Amino acid sequence: MNHASDSLAHHEGNLDPVKAGMITFLASESAFFGTLIMVYLFNLGTAFEPEREPYTPGKMLDLPLALPGTICLLLSSVTVHYAAKMLAQKKDAAFRLLWLATITLGIVFLGGTAVEWRDMIHAGFNISTNLFGSSYFTLVGFHAAHVTVGIILLTLVLALSRRTRAIHRHEVFAEVVSWYWHFVDGVWVVVFSVVYVFGR
Amino acid sequence: MSGNTLADHLAIPYPNIGMAIVEKQPETSAPSATPLTAVLHDWLTTVDHKKIGIMYILMALLFLVLAGVQALIMRCQLWWAGNDIVGPDTFNQMFTMHGTTMVFFAGMPILAGIANYVVPLQLGARDMAFPRLNALGLWATLLGGLLTYFSFIAGSPPAIGWFAYAPLTQRNFNMGPGVDYWILGLLVTGIGSVTGAINLVVTVVCLRAPGMYLRRLPLYTWMAFWANLQILAVLPPLTAALIMLLFDRTFGTHFFKPDSGGSAYLWQHLFWFFGHPEVYVLILPAFGMISEIIPVFSRKVIFGYEFVALSTVAIAFIAFGVWAHHMFTVGMPRALDMYFSAASLLIAIPTGVKIFNWLATMWGGKLWLASPMLFVVGFMSMFVLGGLTGIMLAVAPIDFQVSDTYFVVGHFHWVLIGGTLFGVFAALHFWYPKATGRMLNERLARWQFWLLLIGFFLTFGPMHISGMLGMPRRIFTYPADRGWEFWNQLSTIGALIQAPSYLIFVWNVLWSLKHGDIAGDDPWNAWTLEWATTSPPPSYNFETIPTVQSRRPLWDQKHPEDPDWKHEE
Repeated sequence: MNHASDSLAHHEGNLDPVKAGMITFLASESAFFGTLIMVYLFNLGTAFEPEREPYTPGKMLDLPLALPGTICLLLSSVTVHYAAKMLAQKKDAAFRLLWLATITLGIVFLGGTAVEWRDMIHAGFNISTNLFGSSYFTLVGFHAAHVTVGIILLTLVLALSRRTRAIHRHEVFAEVVSWYWHFVDGVWVVVFSVVYVFGR
Repeated sequence: MSGNTLADHLAIPYPNIGMAIVEKQPETSAPSATPLTAVLHDWLTTVDHKKIGIMYILMALLFLVLAGVQALIMRCQLWWAGNDIVGPDTFNQMFTMHGTTMVFFAGMPILAGIANYVVPLQLGARDMAFPRLNALGLWATLLGGLLTYFSFIAGSPPAIGWFAYAPLTQRNFNMGPGVDYWILGLLVTGIGSVTGAINLVVTVVCLRAPGMYLRRLPLYTWMAFWANLQILAVLPPLTAALIMLLFDRTFGTHFFKPDSGGSAYLWQHLFWFFGHPEVYVLILPAFGMISEIIPVFSRKVIFGYEFVALSTVAIAFIAFGVWAHHMFTVGMPRALDMYFSAASLLIAIPTGVKIFNWLATMWGGKLWLASPMLFVVGFMSMFVLGGLTGIMLAVAPIDFQVSDTYFVVGHFHWVLIGGTLFGVFAALHFWYPKATGRMLNERLARWQFWLLLIGFFLTFGPMHISGMLGMPRRIFTYPADRGWEFWNQLSTIGALIQAPSYLIFVWNVLWSLKHGDIAGDDPWNAWTLEWATTSPPPSYNFETIPTVQSRRPLWDQKHPEDPDWKHEE
């Protein structure tokens, strides 16, 4: 056994502490995003007067503009899944390629959000414009922040993978980072459905 | 599996815990440092769960004293009708900081500290799962406390109540930076709480000694585990709400501004979705401590282990569905009033299950009223009384009458002091010998207990009456013709009787460190694994990781002729 946890105590079951830690952390993250999404829905249900209000979901949100980024993010879940699989099979070149593809897709997604936000802000719509602006930019902004953190983590794993021998248990860290990435994708599926599909 | 001795563990090059053991060596052997610097350096850089636990407890006691002083200032202000020793602003700041401090910087850290110290020992582990994250949790919690208290230096402590109801928290009502420091302080502390909870949950899931199945977990560890699962579920929603509030104050968003479409009602939902499970975060570990101490001092196995364990799970789940009983007077739809009343009443059932199991454990036992057990008896009698007023308040029509009066203040202090604080003092008296190697002085402990019990009764009992007479909470003074003065004076006398009990405890802790009787490994003749190692335990906790065959592994070791595992399965 060369797992770090075994140096602590002989634990029951086979769950690695690093993996268990990531699962628990993601559970708490779900509570965080759950709250933001509930607030978005609450505000959507109570506060808008579409006839008089110039900045409403229907007028500001552009589904075709958000769709390419969304597709990229969904695709990146596929690439990161196979990347982790390649790593487990010790196919280092394939792992790096797929991992890099994941990072690229993530950056494209963020670029899409940036373009969307630039247009909105030019149209005079920002976080302090009205309640919809507050809810929208906070929810989508926190998701984008999580994507950014994900890209940083992915990049770290890639950078360190060049010195695999030096990094103990590289595979475990790559795997939990891929879980984080899946989670961020999953959150986007919900946010996208709520904000762009049902909430317009 | 690799070997069990310390040498084997040191030989493993990587990580988590190995580091905790290895890291200490250069510090202790640094020849140039003065002894004090070396000791300080050792404590400030430690990743040992026991030292971190002790620092959590010391930090919590410091904040407990600060919040206690704030309480005394309020009690003195309320002595006479029309008194104006402190004005309304200062009074509002006092009750805001008192509540915030007691919940976030005294209550949660003292429970985190005890869990940090005891849980790995009870599990038969060498440390927490992530020792460095553990240190981060401690320092983040302390930094959060300091940030919140920095509002005093910045000129205006927040005057918003610990629940920070909107729109009082908006810039136009609270222009100073106090509310911002309050938000930032709670956000940073939240990081400490969440990382601490992740660490504890993972430790329980992954680092149990061989044979320590979940069904054999010591009840304290089990309940601390569930309290920390609750932290994971409800602290992030508070964080989200605090961030939205910060955005309202800083970036001009509209979340909690009713005049531009936002909702004050939404803030109450978000806050109490955190705020109510939070009281179970504060009480479940105390339930666990009680469940650990009663069997030892009754010389009996806990009665109905499964029921005590599962009622914890029931409480933890029901706790998520009761938050709006804090909001009956806001004017919710009748269906919601009925639902939240019923759900709140439901919690009394698993709690009652616990009380009866504890009583049944004591029943026919050979009771030993040493100081830990004394506090347990105080806990059981007082917590039941506080629970009964809780049942009254869960009934919406009664709540309509007494909401926002001193009746509510009396109720929640009764459960938080009569419950959590008595439980914590029982635990501190129980585990102090383990942490220091010396016993606390029994005579001082008895003085502390009786002063606390009498003072507590006298402080919070009359509040129920002044509340029934209609005295609202959060008022800095009151007119003389309402008949409230007498009850307020009783409360203040009670507070003055309580105050020395805390000083006696601090004195006892310091005095016994040098002069207490030598404790030995197992002064209470107890049965869980923390008593299997030395007092205080070495940094690696156990020379050999124990193997567990029953719920009372140490009993099995002491009584090979009649081990528990023969009877349990």
